[in-house]
Amino acid sequence: MLRFTLLRLRSLILALIVASLVIFAMIELVPGDPASFMLGINAREDTINALREELGLNQPMIQRYFSWITGMLTGDFGTSYTYRTPVAEIVVERLWVSLPLALYALTLTILIAFPAGIWAASRRGSLTDLSVMGATQLGIAVPNFWFAMLAVLIFAITWRIFPSGGFPGWDEGFWTAMHALTLPAVALALPQASILTRIMRSSLLDTLSEDYIRTARAKGLTRGQALRRHALRNALIPVLTIIGLQFSFLLAGAIIIENVFFLPGLGRLVFQAISQRDLIMVESVVMLLVFAVIVVNFLVELTYGLVDPQLRRAR
Amino acid sequence: MRNLILGLALTSIFVAAALISFLWTPFDVTKLDIPNKLQAPGGAHLFGTDQFGRDIFSMIMVGARTSIAVAIVAVGIGMVIGVPLGLAAAARRNSWLDEFIMRGNDLIFAFPSLVIAIMITAVYGASAFNAIVAIGIFNIPVFARVSRSAALSLWQRDYILSARVAGKGAVRISAEHILPNITNLLIVQGTIQFSLGILAEAALSYVGLGAQPPLPSWGRMLAESQTLVSLAPHLALFPGFAIVLTVLGLNLAGDGLRDLLDPKLRVART
Repeated sequence: MLRFTLLRLRSLILALIVASLVIFAMIELVPGDPASFMLGINAREDTINALREELGLNQPMIQRYFSWITGMLTGDFGTSYTYRTPVAEIVVERLWVSLPLALYALTLTILIAFPAGIWAASRRGSLTDLSVMGATQLGIAVPNFWFAMLAVLIFAITWRIFPSGGFPGWDEGFWTAMHALTLPAVALALPQASILTRIMRSSLLDTLSEDYIRTARAKGLTRGQALRRHALRNALIPVLTIIGLQFSFLLAGAIIIENVFFLPGLGRLVFQAISQRDLIMVESVVMLLVFAVIVVNFLVELTYGLVDPQLRRAR
Repeated sequence: MRNLILGLALTSIFVAAALISFLWTPFDVTKLDIPNKLQAPGGAHLFGTDQFGRDIFSMIMVGARTSIAVAIVAVGIGMVIGVPLGLAAAARRNSWLDEFIMRGNDLIFAFPSLVIAIMITAVYGASAFNAIVAIGIFNIPVFARVSRSAALSLWQRDYILSARVAGKGAVRISAEHILPNITNLLIVQGTIQFSLGILAEAALSYVGLGAQPPLPSWGRMLAESQTLVSLAPHLALFPGFAIVLTVLGLNLAGDGLRDLLDPKLRVART
């Protein structure tokens, strides 16, 4: 297990280094240079030069890369050009929206997918199974931002049960905040729940055809008992992996849903920074999102290695 | 089989709409007709008109062009670069080349694709071309992985061994014997990536980073309808249905193809 962990750790670090290089290079290669890009075409020469100085663009590229990286490692993400406040402060503030939203969506995903997947698998080939599978096909095909728009139309504008957007903040009370996050979380969860339902179902069907299930049935367990006591636990391994991947996806995927609902999260921050050409902010927030995704994937692989010894050896 | 037929039927409707739109659309999508704005569906305008009086039906036809073109070229990029990489990795199994290609793949996989696609289009300008590149990059590791794993099992076969004994090199064997035998798999994967590409293009256009006006695209039609959705819901409904039906069609066709090409799965999946 130690060897496996070290190997995975090596790829994690490698992935982070390459990711940071790619993001850094993408910003470096903007048409013109970052300073004139940020200020636009009508900027005066001396303003551009002042910004160049402020951004440290007159230093060699390698030095800039290292000061960016060491800064990020020590929690200094630079100062936002438009907000004139440290990026780290803004990010932490926005995380209080994005993180709960992702967790909320993940909870909904699991609450929908587990019963639906188990139900479909235990009644394989029945009308129930067919309808669940049909619904998941539809769930995968629906763009979540379109679903979000329709949800706003129905639940916010017509029925007025949920707010159509915005976020009151956690100071207004837990339930008020959760109420505002409900429609976005549902919109985020829908496609993920469809994917997870299909995986839950097929994973259960795989384990249900194993010999030990036949043995359990032969011992006198009903189909339901065999499913609950033996099949479910074994079927969960691939399902848990997907859940881990989905969490990072929900965190990064909220980027569009946050825009539909005008939620002050990380996704909306990226878009605002893009439209304001605040490259320092874009660079740091994107790196942070990539970091989160890569680390979550790493943790998922570690857990997978923990539960599945074969995988450890294969690597 | 049922899935395949339904899926192909759905997909062909939109492909046909896209092709026909080159020759004919019921109305001109670039011409504004303010007096007839926001008309409800029915009458002369089958799907109604938008806030500028443009015919929604015609816009969906032309939008199909954008979506399908972006997704197809993005799949093409993935295949043209990814498949040779996968074949090379399989031919030189466990070599530094294999290691290098597969690690590179893992890396791209680890990137949150949407975030990077947004960053690419934001920094280099929003256009259909940049959207294609941004989506296409993330198709490369998918095809590399699929073709490598399929090719690896083929390399163990006897007929490959005899080809090697006959003196054929790795490149020739890959091109003449491996590639034709993994085409089925690549088609199935291509269909899936195609549908993901449609969704990705819609998402990018929705946030204004895909095809630019006046070229209609389904995602941007949805974005433009957002402020008017309570006034004229049909503006949001039709482009959304177009996306859903195309993606659904492609997914069903992909599933159907897989079942058809792999009889083992046909039993297991039902």
